[in-house]
Amino acid sequence: MTWTWFHRLASPPYVYALAARLTPWFAWPAGLLIAAGLWGGLVLAPPDYQQGDGFRIIYVHAPSAWMSLMVYTTMALAAAVGLIWRIKVAHAVAASCAPVGASFTFAALVTGALWGEPMWGTYWEWDPRLTSELILLFLYLGYMGLRSALEDATRADRASALLAVVGVVNVPIIHYSVTWWNSLHQAPSVMRLSKPAMPASMLVPLMMMLLGFTLFFAAVLLVRLRGEVLTRERSASWVREALSA
Amino acid sequence: MRSAATPATRAPSALQPAAEERAASVDTPPVIVIHPATPLSAARLALARDLRLAFRKRGQLVQPLAFFALVTLLFPLAVSPEMARLRDIAPGVLWVAALLASLLALEFLFRDDAHDGTLEQYAISGQSLISLVFAKIVAHWLLTGVPLALMAPLAGLSLGVPVAALPGVILSVAVGTIALSLIGSIGAALTLGVKRSGALLALLTLPLSLPVLIFGARATQLAITAGPLLAPLELLAALAVLGATLAPIAAAAALRISLE
Amino acid sequence: MRSFLDMGGYAAFVWPAYAVTLAVIVLNVVWARRALARSRTAARQRQDRGETP
Repeated sequence: MTWTWFHRLASPPYVYALAARLTPWFAWPAGLLIAAGLWGGLVLAPPDYQQGDGFRIIYVHAPSAWMSLMVYTTMALAAAVGLIWRIKVAHAVAASCAPVGASFTFAALVTGALWGEPMWGTYWEWDPRLTSELILLFLYLGYMGLRSALEDATRADRASALLAVVGVVNVPIIHYSVTWWNSLHQAPSVMRLSKPAMPASMLVPLMMMLLGFTLFFAAVLLVRLRGEVLTRERSASWVREALSA
Repeated sequence: MRSAATPATRAPSALQPAAEERAASVDTPPVIVIHPATPLSAARLALARDLRLAFRKRGQLVQPLAFFALVTLLFPLAVSPEMARLRDIAPGVLWVAALLASLLALEFLFRDDAHDGTLEQYAISGQSLISLVFAKIVAHWLLTGVPLALMAPLAGLSLGVPVAALPGVILSVAVGTIALSLIGSIGAALTLGVKRSGALLALLTLPLSLPVLIFGARATQLAITAGPLLAPLELLAALAVLGATLAPIAAAAALRISLE
Repeated sequence: MRSFLDMGGYAAFVWPAYAVTLAVIVLNVVWARRALARSRTAARQRQDRGETP
């Protein structure tokens, strides 16, 4: 009884309709949170005593970096579900994640470089965190490249799913690289629960941006998922009704 | 009167369970008695087969080595012929060249067997595909990694690496290429049968091979400066061990996906 | 307003960073919607051609 909702999630027509209904519930809050976070971060938050107004890049850099990791983890989880239980919808979710994750990894690298130049004196440094984040971008590109190179849809799904799962080892490496190695990149200051290093006026907009970006990902994922589900379902009869809706 | 069963002596069916067949007369069907082969014996046979076949096509074996030599040659011409400068970049050059040569060689890890159907036989043989894949990877390393390690001193000397550092160079390349063969097998299995898969294979393999590159270059650097090269060497060995436990599983799974 | 745009001297870094990120956000929206529209068109064409499962 309690598992029926789970089984329904494997049903393409159900997912197609559900995704359409849910999208606005993620999209609008995402927009509001991002707008509020931008206002709080750019206008309301006081300048940092060390970095001045330059620190405000954190409000786009940290959420982008968070997205790059979170999206990959989601992709790998969906891929694993698809591989283990052979659920096509799970593969559709994984495929939907990849372009979003790749673009935010790119954003994280670029915003990080723009932050690094005034603060560390260099746009780039081959330290563990930056290098592994770059590797993450290549993992995304490899995933998308493998998908497009394989013509058979099922093989493309399963092969890229395996690749996603194998590559997930990179995610903890990126996250913990700043604690495991002496790195140019700063140690985690936000996620320390004992004593956050940031005052509330700076922290709250950051939290809003992080949450807003996450909800944004959910909305984009739902839109892409509908397209992926349609493509996979070839000519199933439910598609006719769904298209006219 | 029925004649006694004659066991099959040779093993074209070495990977299939060995069978004894009764000399069939017209009325009676043959009786098959199964002597199951063990994963280890199957793997040994796969390894021997790969080595034997590779030696028949010696030209193919030389290609990665020639590529390695050529790439190393490019740097003195492109950067600077000064030995002092070359010595500085030698570890990096050697390792990038070794990495690229390994990538080149990876393309024929599964290609021929996929082409003639052997790979499918391996998959349906009932033997552990993981151990067969592991055997193929060992063969690949013996055919590619070891020769690269033996060639590395020559390339190193041409880049100003001191003679005293050469044993360290050989050792680090030998150990590092184990991990490269292991990691590369996953990408090779995923791209099985894809036309012109070279760039895609590189895109899939290089990100996961970067730790090997980093530690290998560091080991070579320490060999040149006569520093404590045991530490990165141990890390290379650790990567090889980790790869040996995980990569064949992933590669076998990837093969099954590709052969489906 | 001038000091806001100036970002304490860091304007050359802060504003491009925000521009890139907002561009990525907009790109994702456009890209996703376009992908969905393409899938819908392709599915409609398949339905019209009468391809049955």
